[in-house]
Amino acid sequence: MNRVWYPLCAGLLGLGLWQAVVWITGAPHFILPDPWRVAKVGYENRALIAEHTLVTATEVVIGLVIGSVLGALTAIQLAASPRLARLTLPMLVFTQAVPVFALAPILTVWLGYGMASKIAMAVLIIYFPVTSAFHDGLTRVSPALLDLAETMGASPSRVMRRIRIPHALPSLASGLKLAAVYAPIGAVIGEWVGSSKGLGYLMLLANGRAKVDLMFASLIALAVLTVALHKAVSLLAQRLNEISRIE
Amino acid sequence: MSIATSITVQGSYRIADKALFDGVSLTIPAGQWSCLLGRSGVGKSTILRLILGLETAGQFEGAIAAGDGKPIRGRASYMAQSDLLLPWLSLRENVVLGARLRGERPDLDRADAMIAQVGLTGDHAKKPGALSGGMRQRAALARTLMEDCPIVLLDEPFSALDAGTRADMQDLAARVLKGRTVLLVTHDPAEACRLGHHVNVLSETGIAPWPVPGSAPVRRVDDPGLLHAQAALLSHLRGAA
Repeated sequence: MNRVWYPLCAGLLGLGLWQAVVWITGAPHFILPDPWRVAKVGYENRALIAEHTLVTATEVVIGLVIGSVLGALTAIQLAASPRLARLTLPMLVFTQAVPVFALAPILTVWLGYGMASKIAMAVLIIYFPVTSAFHDGLTRVSPALLDLAETMGASPSRVMRRIRIPHALPSLASGLKLAAVYAPIGAVIGEWVGSSKGLGYLMLLANGRAKVDLMFASLIALAVLTVALHKAVSLLAQRLNEISRIE
Repeated sequence: MSIATSITVQGSYRIADKALFDGVSLTIPAGQWSCLLGRSGVGKSTILRLILGLETAGQFEGAIAAGDGKPIRGRASYMAQSDLLLPWLSLRENVVLGARLRGERPDLDRADAMIAQVGLTGDHAKKPGALSGGMRQRAALARTLMEDCPIVLLDEPFSALDAGTRADMQDLAARVLKGRTVLLVTHDPAEACRLGHHVNVLSETGIAPWPVPGSAPVRRVDDPGLLHAQAALLSHLRGAA
């Protein structure tokens, strides 16, 4: 019961605070629309919002899958070769010093105004968290367990498959949960820089026409998309944790 | 299981030019239990790792050889203080871990026989999280038995158990590992004197044999010879510390 009531109460509290701010400041609706107005505009433009949400959701899901697979494969490769990890990890950390957002215009030039540049943004933004979290898990296996495997005559590839990877699944799950929240940010920034579809584009369009209520409605659609994605990934993460059953 | 063989360790071990132990000479007779004691940090587990061929922090100069002249690697199994069971596998899957790691087809019937031998019949489908500390160590013992190696190296495998469970595990291990060449590294003089055909004390100056009671292991906990030997050994270890 608490699973339903707590989020519901939190949502109602948020809406109440929003309405209170509108009343207290007396802001006009083209600056700060009230929740009711946003709901009304959202309902009236439901087809439009749904169409753009579908575009963003497609970019995010494809980006999430590609970024997670690439991140996981990189982590396995780095864990399998400590020498490669010593060489590559500092470079990976260095790439994080470059704001991914700054790459959006370049990616648009390279990959065009279509979905590819937005998917690439989502991939870039989640690649490091997934790689880092999974690599941590893969390399934190008890040395005594690795010793036992060695005395049993295990090959490094079997140690990876049968010990390291199952052991690191909870870490991968943590990385994926972070990725589920970051991926929509990447896609929307890509849409802001150059696109003709998606929630980022719709927000810019609404902003240009001073339709703040439509902007808010688009923003809420994006938030719902992110929460749904996080929920779906959390269920997957829960399954990964059950497989590992770390006490 | 192939025929048990003796093992000899002779040499010195240094970490960053500092000797951990010097001029060590240890003989582990075939088919019997040898116990190795000494204060913490003196290098007991290092000797065990050297025999197993595992990586260590320092440099060993000397020779480690089996009495039959064949390599030790591949003929020695290892059991640690921690049970090292994989929490995502069932007890039976843990017992056949060695075969899985070598890419062999596991003999599940034999695994069930090993599980029965350590008294865990009926628990083979349980995950380690559902087992008590004593049951988990029994499962680790079944995994060691499944490897069917003539040489078994035990690194304080019973030290985390309560007194009663520890005594039960000592009896069980002595029974199921009978006929194998066993080296038990332990901190517990009572355990060493109870289980060992031979007891050795390691110090910086080398390894010295310690006299064991005349009775055969596993000795009764109230055996006067055992009580006397363990008291004398404890006094010796306290004096050396």
